[in-house]
Amino acid sequence: MSKTDQLKIADKTFSSRLFMGTGKFSSSEVMQQAVLASESELVTVALKRVEPGNDDDKMISALKDPYISLLPNTSGVRNAKEAIFAAQMAREALGTNWVKVEIHPDPKYLLPDPVETLKACEELVKLGFVVMPYIHADPVLCKRLEEVGVQCVMPLGAPIGSNKGLKTQDFLEIIIEQSNVPVIVDAGIGSPSHAAHAMEIGADAVLVNTAIAVSPNPVEIAKAFKLAVEAGRIAYTAKLVPQRQQAEASSPLTQFLYE
Amino acid sequence: MSSFKHILSKYSWDEVLQSIFSKTEADVHSALQSRKRDLEDFKALISPAAKPFLEQMAQQSKTISKKRFGNTMQMYAPMYLSNECQNICTYCGFSMTNKIPRKTLSDAEIIKEAEFLKSKGYDHILLVTGEANKIVGVDYMCDAMKLLRPYFSNISIEIQPLDQDEYEKLIENGLYATLVYQETYHRETYKIHHPKGKKSNFDYRLETGDRLGRAGIHKIGIGALFGLEDWRADSFFTALHLKYLQKTYWKTKYSISFPRLRPFSGGLEPKVEMTDPDLLQVICAYRLLDEEVELSISTRESEIFRNNIVHLGITSMSAESKTNPGGYVVEPESLKQFEISDERTTEVIAEMLSETGIEPVWKDWEKRW
Repeated sequence: MSKTDQLKIADKTFSSRLFMGTGKFSSSEVMQQAVLASESELVTVALKRVEPGNDDDKMISALKDPYISLLPNTSGVRNAKEAIFAAQMAREALGTNWVKVEIHPDPKYLLPDPVETLKACEELVKLGFVVMPYIHADPVLCKRLEEVGVQCVMPLGAPIGSNKGLKTQDFLEIIIEQSNVPVIVDAGIGSPSHAAHAMEIGADAVLVNTAIAVSPNPVEIAKAFKLAVEAGRIAYTAKLVPQRQQAEASSPLTQFLYE
Repeated sequence: MSSFKHILSKYSWDEVLQSIFSKTEADVHSALQSRKRDLEDFKALISPAAKPFLEQMAQQSKTISKKRFGNTMQMYAPMYLSNECQNICTYCGFSMTNKIPRKTLSDAEIIKEAEFLKSKGYDHILLVTGEANKIVGVDYMCDAMKLLRPYFSNISIEIQPLDQDEYEKLIENGLYATLVYQETYHRETYKIHHPKGKKSNFDYRLETGDRLGRAGIHKIGIGALFGLEDWRADSFFTALHLKYLQKTYWKTKYSISFPRLRPFSGGLEPKVEMTDPDLLQVICAYRLLDEEVELSISTRESEIFRNNIVHLGITSMSAESKTNPGGYVVEPESLKQFEISDERTTEVIAEMLSETGIEPVWKDWEKRW
């Protein structure tokens, strides 16, 4: 992607607007190849999958690359208190103050708890973290999070792992219109066309995991997502042209100006 | 702390103007058909290239406004409290250099004016003053609002810009909205028209919306005084201001007004003329840019223009306005800020609205909130 169209979050800039999750892959090797094919520069790692103190952790070793930053997530926690604890653990284990706050008390659909998320984010910002919250596509919640100092918002397109695309499009558009921080569409993106769609409506980036990890061919699909995100971004910045409409023949509403 | 001053400093007036004038028919088509319009679309819609599309703009503006606001019109009345002023504004009847008798309403006079407006049906009132902090300062305004609260559900002000804590104090006393027009976003032209007094401070006025937003006001009204500078560029900067404020102070509502220079005793000729089609174009362009923003029209405009524009995007209007302190009952002959154009009574305006399928709304706020 063009050097002039980089995404900035906190102190980091990204040339790629595709962020990747690292769960659900058949092996660390496949995951590594898929991440490299995606050219993603920010990948999430579930803290619960990392073995603290083990320098040979397979997943972490697979992601050692100068172009890749790790984004630990708090997946598995059920409230703000646990999320704060998890973030502090992640900072120690992975040496990064970046954290993706994921609080889903509901184990079935893994839907984020907005009340606990806001509480956790407010506290984590005070503790010096770069906070990236996973949330519902709730425009008011996004503004409340922005006010407590999060560095971006990560609204969902559809329930996590559902591959259903942008079911929340109307709300995502409101969030994008109102937000002063980057908007990253997270969860629900099941195909490259969904990713392109999110970029076309003005998302700053997308985060994809399941659609790549469980595909029969993760490396090829990762590449397809990379191209789709780039295409969508270019379409957004270049502005899509809507369909033409017929010209009006008569002037009933403006005739008074000329009488 | 961020403020609109930082945003404005990134723009060059001349480049904006050039960019508006370089918009093409294709840009206008694209803007008309876009589902979500941005400031580039807005530029196209206010550009000369959009002139042949005015009817289409009016059609869309009508449809969108109906969808969001229905067949209603919010009615309000201005109440001038004082014409004391320590500013020199080259276009204003209250300018310090105008040797005219000055008048500030007493408590008893405020009540008299209030009773008149109440008898006409008004429940939303806009208090207007010049800028004379010692005579008509925050304490005077708090006092006036305490007197007026029993009469009106919704009180707005159009007075000198204040500090955040002063706004907070007024909000505690029942203030709903504040209207502060930048007059022009052109810094140098602003200086020419406001050579003296507190108002000569361009940046303090520019950052008023930020202070109001931080104070947690319900509604902010902005706008430019058309005639001081190129209306297209000033409309663009007003739209930029609107978008910034909406994004930053998201709990606040916004309204835009479109004052054109009106004659007053010893008045100023407009530098850039704005015709009726121009004004209609700007009103429709704002509506196409933003479906929710309130658009207000005063009695500065003519009967025929007002009869038509009420269907094409406008959401609030005044009637029978007096622009002098005590103008309704107390002292009808005191000096006016400017001459109004549409002099029809409130009853006639209400009837005109009803006859064309619009319900005049008098009360749309609850003061206990």
